[in-house]
Amino acid sequence: MTDDPMVDAPFGLLAELTYRCPLACAYCSNPLNLDDYTEELGPADWIRVLTQARDLGVLQCHLSGGEPLLRRDLPEIVAAAHGLGLYTNLVTSAVGFGRRKAEQLRAAGLDHVQVSIQADAPALSDRIAGLRSFDRKIDAMRLVKELGWPLTVNVVLHRQNIDRIAEVLELAQEAGADRVELANTQYYGWAWRNRDALLPSREQLAQAELVVREARERLPMDVLYVIPDYYSRYPKPCMGGWASRQLTVTPNGDVLPCPAAQSLPLPRASVREASLAQIWADSPVMNAFRGTSWMPDPCHSCERREIDFGGCRCQAFQLTGDAARTDPVCHLSPDHALVTDAVRAANPGAPAGNLVPRPHRA
Amino acid sequence: MIPGSDRPRLARHVRLVWSPARQQHVLQLPETVVVLNPTGAAVLGLCDGRTTVGAIVDELATRYRDVPGDEVRLFLKSLVARRCVEMADD
Repeated sequence: MTDDPMVDAPFGLLAELTYRCPLACAYCSNPLNLDDYTEELGPADWIRVLTQARDLGVLQCHLSGGEPLLRRDLPEIVAAAHGLGLYTNLVTSAVGFGRRKAEQLRAAGLDHVQVSIQADAPALSDRIAGLRSFDRKIDAMRLVKELGWPLTVNVVLHRQNIDRIAEVLELAQEAGADRVELANTQYYGWAWRNRDALLPSREQLAQAELVVREARERLPMDVLYVIPDYYSRYPKPCMGGWASRQLTVTPNGDVLPCPAAQSLPLPRASVREASLAQIWADSPVMNAFRGTSWMPDPCHSCERREIDFGGCRCQAFQLTGDAARTDPVCHLSPDHALVTDAVRAANPGAPAGNLVPRPHRA
Repeated sequence: MIPGSDRPRLARHVRLVWSPARQQHVLQLPETVVVLNPTGAAVLGLCDGRTTVGAIVDELATRYRDVPGDEVRLFLKSLVARRCVEMADD
């Protein structure tokens, strides 16, 4: 089936090496049921997965989590990915990114480092992270540049930090970042639980967009801004289409079109039981929402069906209980009121509710 | 338009590779992959920081009869705008 012309090969693999994490961010998109992911794949499993991914046509490997640096075998996994010709991207909180570990990863062939910060200053960043970590993150960014890597600084935006974008950009520039990702929170996992306390106001967003526009003209860095889809007219083109360009392998070996899809009532597919190629081509989880034939109206007859692919299946499921419905973010969705109600509750500037931190580990 | 004397090279965070699984050249970047056609791959293969834009245009014209110089320059310009290609300083 892998030569089926209807199924394109994936470009990117998101390797979620562990859901353990030293941080406790309330915007985390990791699953609520962290207990189900404690039996992690070993290094030999990952090397097999990476090899199968490369053979399938994958060219990029994002090493993520949780905190991937908690895996002692990370340099071994990076070296394997590098040896297979994959572009390797470490997505890290930078906690545990000391000089020795950094040099090991450099020697292993790691291509790119993405460091997350939670805000532009220690007090707020540490409060959101649930750990004193800001100063270590700044040190880690310097180390990334010193060792010659390209650096991306990532900040997940929400009501508590979206007013700090200008300062975040300044910090990133001082750190020598090549790219900055200002990503509004996506409401999955712990972020979904905390949605009402995280959703920014319309006024906050308008201000943020002004700052971003001005910064793009002025700064030498790439500034990527991910808009919050609750405020958009059309849904996001989630993953460029279900099981179309990317795949995710979770810490215990489940294969998914995206990390949030673990929440959907679909049969599991695991690298412990089948090859990545078989799963990509034939598994029910990959084929559930591939293409456009599964779509209901208004998507099915919509001229944008190959632009936004009906939006996000996980968001449709969370909001309506049916993963096959149009993403309620779309203004054409019959369920759109579910989104506008949440937006109304966040405006003009509702007081932030209590955030539930994600646990460090299961 | 890019001056013919400029010497383009791939940006440090970009890698040009041949994908055996896809039988295509691709550019690998931190967050994306750019699939290249044979002429695009030929242009980028010459972006070594020593060869000038003018020499790249000449070489492409030798290898492929139907690749006009303007097309090569526009291609390079778009990759400079995307920060995939930069000009060597000297």
